[in-house]
Amino acid sequence: MPQVTLKINGTEHTLDVAPNMPLLWALRDKLNLTGTKYSCGIGVCGACTVLVDGAPTRSCLMPATTMADREITTIEGLSADGNHPVQKAWNDEDVPQCGYCQGGQILAAAALLEQNPKPDDADIDRAMSGNLCRCGTYIRIRKAIKRAAQYAAEEGGDV
Amino acid sequence: MNAQRRDDRGNMDRRAFLKTTLLASGALLIGVGSCGNPNAGKTGRETWNPNLYVRIDPDGTITIVSKNPDAGQGVKTAFPMVVAECLEVDWKDVHVEQAPADDRYGRQALGGSRGTPDGWDDLRIAGTGALYLLMGAAAKEWGVPTSECSAASGVITHEPSGRTKAYASLLETAATLPAPEVSELKLKSRPSEFKLLGTFVPGVDNPKILTGQPIYGSDIRLDGMLYAVYQKCPVFGGKARSANLEHVRSLPGVTHAFIVPGTDEYSGLQPGVAIVAETFWEANSAREALEVDWETTHADSSEGYAEQAKTLAAEPGETLRHDGDVDATFDRSVTIVEASYHYPFVAHATMEPMNCTALLHESGKLELWAPSQNPQTQRKLISQTLGIPEGRIHVNQVRIGGAFGRRSRLDFAVEAAWIARETGRPVQLLWTREDDMAHDFYRPAGWHHFKAGLSDEGRMIAFDHHFITLGMGGKTVSGARLSANHYPAGLVPNFRLRQSIIETHVPTGPWRSPGHSAYCFAYQSFFDEVALAAGRDPLEFRLDLLSQSFGKPQLDTERGSGTLRVAAEKAGWGREMENNRGLGIAFHFDHRGYAAHVAEVSIDGDRFTLDKVYSAVDVGPILNLSGAKNQVEGAVMDGLSTTQLETTIAGGSAQQTNFHAHPMLRIDKAPEVECHFIQSDNSPTGLGEPPFAPVAPAIANAIFAASGTRIRELPFRRSGFIL
Ligand code: FES
Ligand code: FES
Repeated sequence: MPQVTLKINGTEHTLDVAPNMPLLWALRDKLNLTGTKYSCGIGVCGACTVLVDGAPTRSCLMPATTMADREITTIEGLSADGNHPVQKAWNDEDVPQCGYCQGGQILAAAALLEQNPKPDDADIDRAMSGNLCRCGTYIRIRKAIKRAAQYAAEEGGDV
Repeated sequence: MNAQRRDDRGNMDRRAFLKTTLLASGALLIGVGSCGNPNAGKTGRETWNPNLYVRIDPDGTITIVSKNPDAGQGVKTAFPMVVAECLEVDWKDVHVEQAPADDRYGRQALGGSRGTPDGWDDLRIAGTGALYLLMGAAAKEWGVPTSECSAASGVITHEPSGRTKAYASLLETAATLPAPEVSELKLKSRPSEFKLLGTFVPGVDNPKILTGQPIYGSDIRLDGMLYAVYQKCPVFGGKARSANLEHVRSLPGVTHAFIVPGTDEYSGLQPGVAIVAETFWEANSAREALEVDWETTHADSSEGYAEQAKTLAAEPGETLRHDGDVDATFDRSVTIVEASYHYPFVAHATMEPMNCTALLHESGKLELWAPSQNPQTQRKLISQTLGIPEGRIHVNQVRIGGAFGRRSRLDFAVEAAWIARETGRPVQLLWTREDDMAHDFYRPAGWHHFKAGLSDEGRMIAFDHHFITLGMGGKTVSGARLSANHYPAGLVPNFRLRQSIIETHVPTGPWRSPGHSAYCFAYQSFFDEVALAAGRDPLEFRLDLLSQSFGKPQLDTERGSGTLRVAAEKAGWGREMENNRGLGIAFHFDHRGYAAHVAEVSIDGDRFTLDKVYSAVDVGPILNLSGAKNQVEGAVMDGLSTTQLETTIAGGSAQQTNFHAHPMLRIDKAPEVECHFIQSDNSPTGLGEPPFAPVAPAIANAIFAASGTRIRELPFRRSGFIL
């Protein structure tokens, strides 16, 4: 079985993975990092979003073996104690309903703000339309991203 | 210690009582009980049957047990808010604990928008009862009358002297006092009395959701746990005769592969082939090599149903209700309006696919973690199927990644239990998206043929409705039944409902506002056609329909017209619209809630955009403003989404099995929603369902206003409009 060393949330993990096993299943079933969710498995819903070198990536499509030497951030590692501006804004706007899609939404939003600290609705819609939310929390996602932008600006710096 | 109380239908036939216990830790436990037998109080043989607990710890923490599952509808936050409101404590001091499935808690199901009306009394009794005890304790310690004391933020104040005592210091004394009679409690009931209720409170699980903590069923990880996939016959109800199990067992990571004979019950253990492996990926990869010889009994198709529906439309069907004389009134009507409507099957497609984790302990106890809307039914079903006594089955409740009715069926849970017993190892069964959409309990398809007769003043004086629906063995299947008493029954003097049934093999079930969610589209669209044929304004026509009654309509017509008026007023109903833009209105009553929406759309060729929805909802007082608005916003998104979706059946199987073929709404098409609650003094009722049904017809009516094209079929694409 191929072996791979993955750098996840700043920590290196060396693990045996089945050939072609997507990063999603390495995270969930090998490392018990279950914050990254499975929903479609074909790259169309965004529930499995992780950041790879800062870019939102569908972990259900990426073989784990191709991820060596990359910086992987999962929802568990976005901040030390849930105080990333996006996480704070998500709570203050009370975005979640069932919550299942929200880890992916938050990572996609954090990556957007990294690129564009003051996105408007059109920017948000463009960046977030790969992430499905069956419960329909879209209005709050728009609001929360704007609020997070404000929090980040107040903190005077990096999102 | 008994007092009469309303049951979920508002009847005073249950009896509630309070009980207190001082725990060894010094914590005070207060429970609300009810006697299952309404006569038990008379014989004095009540059983202690607490519906919920409140615990106050010596450090001032208030713990409230949340007994029902939460799938995003927000009960885990809203219900403890009710207790906190009545107990006069600050929300920051409240801690919420999820209860396991336990008959002692009474009904623990999620569904039918019943949680709120069922829980309202118990929650207030628990909070108020605890408050009375603490006030009594303070008064006793001070030697003053209770009437001189007041409570706020977890502190009792003796008004004349200004002395104060924190709740936490009163627990021991409170435990020595007799629990108050429920009948003596003055329960807060009006929005004007609330401080916490009706405010915007973020969900109690947010900190875990937002940091990816393991709180969902599919997040459970147990020592030595294996992962299972379960292949069922793509043709509904098919059985596995044989499979290449030897080969599958030899594949990497695979530990077990076996046939499960199953039962004939769709909502029970369906036959299939289980593959178990060290990881889900390996189990699911092995499945690609699986070859099964299936035995099937039908090749049902959507097209075949449509053919049958056409034939049945010409037949009279069975008359379910007939008020007055519909045919004679048609003869004297000045205008007749006729139209036919149709909608297809639709999958639930919750974001978290079906899954269940099962562990058979050495003691023989079976422990389960499942995202289930009905943990108690789950226990019963597993007990019956596996022959394990219910007392030896423990069901943990987990947070649910979306439900919408799907998880009231517990096929996935009994599959996991069976596989865990066969393998003797802890097992997590996870369905793929394809499993989830190919083996759903779909919202049933239906056909409606309407005929309305108008008087010379343009009033609807006769209404004939032939509903062609789906059944098994001559009985309508789940979600496919139309109540003969539903709106507009009782509002039209000559009213007839007829029904014909097509035999089906497709599993169907409750889907957010079962029945209503689909047929509201049909008749709220048709009423627009009738209003226009009568030369009347669609709002005015609907208000007029609610203004007269013949017999006993099922709904409160005042509350109904209230929602229509508010939605219309906020939307500026009747205002001039530019070309290619339009407003549409629709109203519905279900699950004891009233909702009206005005949709504002613009069209560009065959594309439409839903720009904004103005919603007015009356479900009585609002518990958590945040959760409530979230439900309405979500219902609008779901309603819009569902105008685009269908599951078609061919060769006995579902044809759309992943999201690429099921274009759910994405953020770029999400409308603005302006939501208004009419907070009457009626008891609060549930909000998960009522705002959903009128969304689709409001949009369809707006598209008509903008384009002149009437949409009589879902998905809208079939009438030439895409989002
Ligand atoms: S699970 Fe990866 S995109 Fe849906
Ligand atoms: S919150 Fe339920 S899927 Fe997004």
